[in-house]
Amino acid sequence: MEKFNWDLFWESFPAVFQGMWVTLGLTIACYVFAMLFGFVWVILKRIPFKPLQWLVALVLEFIRSTPPLVQLFFLFFGLPMLPGGGITLSPITVAILGLGVHFSTYISEIYRSGIEAVDKGQWEASTALNLSTKDKWFKIILPQAIPPTIPMLGNYLIIMFKEIPLTSSVSVAGMLLMAKEFGADHYAYLEPYTLVALLFLLLSYPSALLIKRLEIKMNRRFDKNSSGGAKKLSKGVA
Amino acid sequence: MSPISDIGTILPILLKGLDITLRVLIVSAIFSYLVAFILGFGRLSKKFLIRTISGIIIEIFRGTSLIVQLFWFVYAVPILFGIQFDSIFWSCVIAIAMNYGSYMSETVRGSILAVAPGQTEAGIALNMSSFQRMRIVIFPQAVRMMLPEFGNYFIQILKATSLISLVGLSDIVFQGQKYTNINLSQTPTVYFLILVVYFIIALPFIGLTKWFEKQSSKGVAS
Repeated sequence: MEKFNWDLFWESFPAVFQGMWVTLGLTIACYVFAMLFGFVWVILKRIPFKPLQWLVALVLEFIRSTPPLVQLFFLFFGLPMLPGGGITLSPITVAILGLGVHFSTYISEIYRSGIEAVDKGQWEASTALNLSTKDKWFKIILPQAIPPTIPMLGNYLIIMFKEIPLTSSVSVAGMLLMAKEFGADHYAYLEPYTLVALLFLLLSYPSALLIKRLEIKMNRRFDKNSSGGAKKLSKGVA
Repeated sequence: MSPISDIGTILPILLKGLDITLRVLIVSAIFSYLVAFILGFGRLSKKFLIRTISGIIIEIFRGTSLIVQLFWFVYAVPILFGIQFDSIFWSCVIAIAMNYGSYMSETVRGSILAVAPGQTEAGIALNMSSFQRMRIVIFPQAVRMMLPEFGNYFIQILKATSLISLVGLSDIVFQGQKYTNINLSQTPTVYFLILVVYFIIALPFIGLTKWFEKQSSKGVAS
């Protein structure tokens, strides 16, 4: 039985560490893309044309409930083979596009729930005040819809960070691929994979704690300002 | 060849992998639910030691990535602990079950805590033991709240099973890859078909989850 070899553990450090920067950078890039693309779904879903709405719902459900790994494979191996030339994308582009679109379907749900959580009276009031569509959205609805969703969006940053290793299968040189290559070179997988797991834990756990604190803070603030206050008021009246 | 006849030749090849995909899915789903209940109740235990240990396990498995855990269980655990799992199959099942079990344990915990405290008080007033209270009063109400989330996680587990192709199990994705190695020009069709197969497996559970959501919001005392 072999034992854990500390020398190999330290030796694998530079390679895995180098991969860590790729992983982190890619996480941010995918996240920004997903955040922006999420709006596209929200807007598409609000177009009042039934067949289009059904189509958007189907596409969303399709992307959401099929494995991101296969979606990456489709983009990376499939697209270049399309009849009539095809499109060849770099691994990084595939990663950002694939995981970005996949996660945008989740993020669009968060946006939607945020928008729906805005009190109905706010919509009515802005109609009563005859505000323009632009003013209604940017001055009334969005400022109330976005802040409560921030902790949830933060959670997705961590979830995305943990999904990035998928991209090693389309040859993005993140932590996992670097560990795999180190393992193949030294014929030792235990140490580099353990290091990768440790780094993931070290990076994601503190961020999860931060987001939990943010959530508690937000909940307190919004309980005071909105629904909680309203509930207390109505209780007083009754 | 027309695309339609392509599908006719590709689909049977992919379906050869369906068996292993479904087996991993069902076994790891069952184990995930088991792990979820054990860790969820562990987290609610009155004993400090049990509470802490379950907490640590949950944070470790939620804090690292599933794919890293999968590689770790397949390549590292056999060396580290001298355990030889019978096959990669069980390494994969354990990795998926521990990962999703940890996530779902929070659902279990949250649902039990969400049952109105008046219910516990009523149980005490009726002189029930704490086990009876949990079994007869709290748990049946909590399960209702868990079901929609469990449905969602089932779809998540289904998506996670695609990863097993990376460690060499011959699931749908693996069969597809093998086929595209020889038939390069059909790569887009193959991967799109794999996506469709996954979607078709997920479809009933999407419907079921929505149905559960509707049911669980009905007539729950708040």
